Amino acid sequence: MTTQAPTSGRSFFLRPQDMIGIALLALLLLVVLPLALDNFRLQFVGKYLTYAFVALGLVLCWGYAGILSLGQGVFFGLGGYCMAMYLKLEASSVENTRIQSTPGIPDFMDWNQITALPWFWEPFRHFGFTTLAVVAVPALFALILGFALFKRRVGGVYFAIITQALAAIMTILIVGQQGYTGGINGITDLRTLHGWDIRTDGAKTVLYFVCVGLLLACILLAYYVKSSKLGRLLVAMRDKEDRVRFSGYDVSSFKVFVFCLSAALSGIGGAMFTLQVGFMSPSFVGIVPSIEMVIYTAVGGRLSILGAIYGTLLVNWAKTSFSESFPELWLLGLGGLFIAVVLAFPNGIAGLWQVHVAPRLGPLFGGPARRAASPAVAEPLPVATPAVAE
Amino acid sequence: MFSDYSLAELSSIFLMQGFAGLILFSVFVLMALGLAIIFGQMGVINMAHGEFMILGAYVTYFTSQFFLNHLPSLFGIYFFVAMILAFLASGALGMATEWLMIRHLYKRPLDTLLATWGLSLILQQVYRSVFGPREVGVELPGWMMGSLPVTDVVEVQINGLFVMGLTIAITVAVALLMYRSSWGKQVRAVVQNRVMAGAVGINTEKVDRYTFGLGCGIAGVAGSAFTMIGSTGPTSGQLYIVDTFLVVVFGGAQSLLGTIASAFTISQAQSTLEFFLSGSMAKVLTLIGVVVILMLRPQGLFVIKVRR
Repeated sequence: MTTQAPTSGRSFFLRPQDMIGIALLALLLLVVLPLALDNFRLQFVGKYLTYAFVALGLVLCWGYAGILSLGQGVFFGLGGYCMAMYLKLEASSVENTRIQSTPGIPDFMDWNQITALPWFWEPFRHFGFTTLAVVAVPALFALILGFALFKRRVGGVYFAIITQALAAIMTILIVGQQGYTGGINGITDLRTLHGWDIRTDGAKTVLYFVCVGLLLACILLAYYVKSSKLGRLLVAMRDKEDRVRFSGYDVSSFKVFVFCLSAALSGIGGAMFTLQVGFMSPSFVGIVPSIEMVIYTAVGGRLSILGAIYGTLLVNWAKTSFSESFPELWLLGLGGLFIAVVLAFPNGIAGLWQVHVAPRLGPLFGGPARRAASPAVAEPLPVATPAVAE
Repeated sequence: MFSDYSLAELSSIFLMQGFAGLILFSVFVLMALGLAIIFGQMGVINMAHGEFMILGAYVTYFTSQFFLNHLPSLFGIYFFVAMILAFLASGALGMATEWLMIRHLYKRPLDTLLATWGLSLILQQVYRSVFGPREVGVELPGWMMGSLPVTDVVEVQINGLFVMGLTIAITVAVALLMYRSSWGKQVRAVVQNRVMAGAVGINTEKVDRYTFGLGCGIAGVAGSAFTMIGSTGPTSGQLYIVDTFLVVVFGGAQSLLGTIASAFTISQAQSTLEFFLSGSMAKVLTLIGVVVILMLRPQGLFVIKVRR
């Protein structure tokens, strides 16, 4: 990871090269892609970007804090289902569902002989509550889980396996409780948000820009966490947990916090997914999607916030184009990608960039600070070139 | 949930479900044994374990086809040949995997998880391309069909009994190998202190490779046994991988006895609940139970104290 010396006395959390990186990403997402792609392709990019929220959370949780969660799909799903429940209730107003035996409840409940709206659906009639729930439900779930596990010092491999089991449990539960969750088909046929039809091309473009805006905000948040004292503690914890504990820090609380943060980010991603794609189903919750989200982060670079975004876009773009033309080859390619990333370049695209490209560019693009640093800077910079960990 | 049944009915329900649970238990134990060796002893998370098992199942299927077409007179004993072939095939693939991939990752256990997941995706696609996407089932030899009546309402299937007997035999063999042979002593020495084991002249790399191979080979045998009670498809292995990991973690990763005890608990809980609730809820409740117990007792049921 880049161990940039804490330069000068400035307390601003973005280094100049970070600002340029974010500006370039914003330019790409807000100007270049909308101009270059037709509406259909742009919606694909919008869908990929919802996974980027999860990847962002994983950079903080896995890259910086060393907690590998294989259950991020659960949080993505929780956020997505919260939004889907609101939209579904709006879509199943009494007028729309007049032909059902119980009008006013979602159609799949009617098919499953449920005659009244279950209590936990009731609050999702309010948009304010739903917006809150998108962030709060995943975070609360992560809080309970994190408290139970980290306080008892369950970590590493065991944590990964338990979160994976949770992803399995969640899928089975959603599929099994068809009457309350829509079962394997998920919650479909979503129409309007506050009376605004989300199915039109115009609405989808607006939602794309909302999604990009939220993503950029979350990126700034991630940079803030990374450069704060908390971020440094997370890295210290990952590398020598006992030492941090013996220094008097409550290690488990930091872990709980970063786990909750990553869960909340995934929840936002899930809600944006529901809005843009128009449905939510258990196939985005289980083990396979959860682990695929980890690979986005790994390909982009588990230590690079921007790298994870590019990794997500790249892997998904490859997935779409490969499975369009050679569906047989896609799984082979994905599997090979997993192995190659782990064996050959564990820091992903960002690592390659830092080792091979950045040194040729100026300091503003993450290159060495030597050329720009004036001789007057007497303060010794321990590591001038961004070193890649491990 | 019990009030609808009389006492006699309840007891035979528990017996029948207990027997169904024992078959599930056998599959869990066979899969978990290999995993307990690889994960418990070596610390490698092998997500491709299910695919090694399925390789064994395919080998068994093709052996049965071969005997059916060319040696019909010996069809009754094809299974024993198939089991050995399955062990060899999965073991060889396992050793190749260790050599090409795993040995570079011993210091990064979480990365073995990702790499072996990639391997499992590749193997699934290879199975699908080579063997076809449809599930295949073997034909059981005549002596394995049918069932034995125990009482007038309780019956046990012979193939289930056979798989159970096989499980016991393999478990005993593994236990003897790990705890009574000099090779097992070397494996345990490497696990407890790699540097010291190397210093006293154990070839740790070779031990690693053979240990991984053995674990995968046992998975192959598990696949072989699995064909007796279910059909095999390219993705069948993935259905069991999460359960198996939970079994191993729940039992305490380094203890064979713990693995068996936890496999027994989980399979019995699941199959008994299955009768009273829907299958999916039974599984959910069992898994939640295991996760909650793991939260309370993270080190698992049985722990071997090792000074690190």
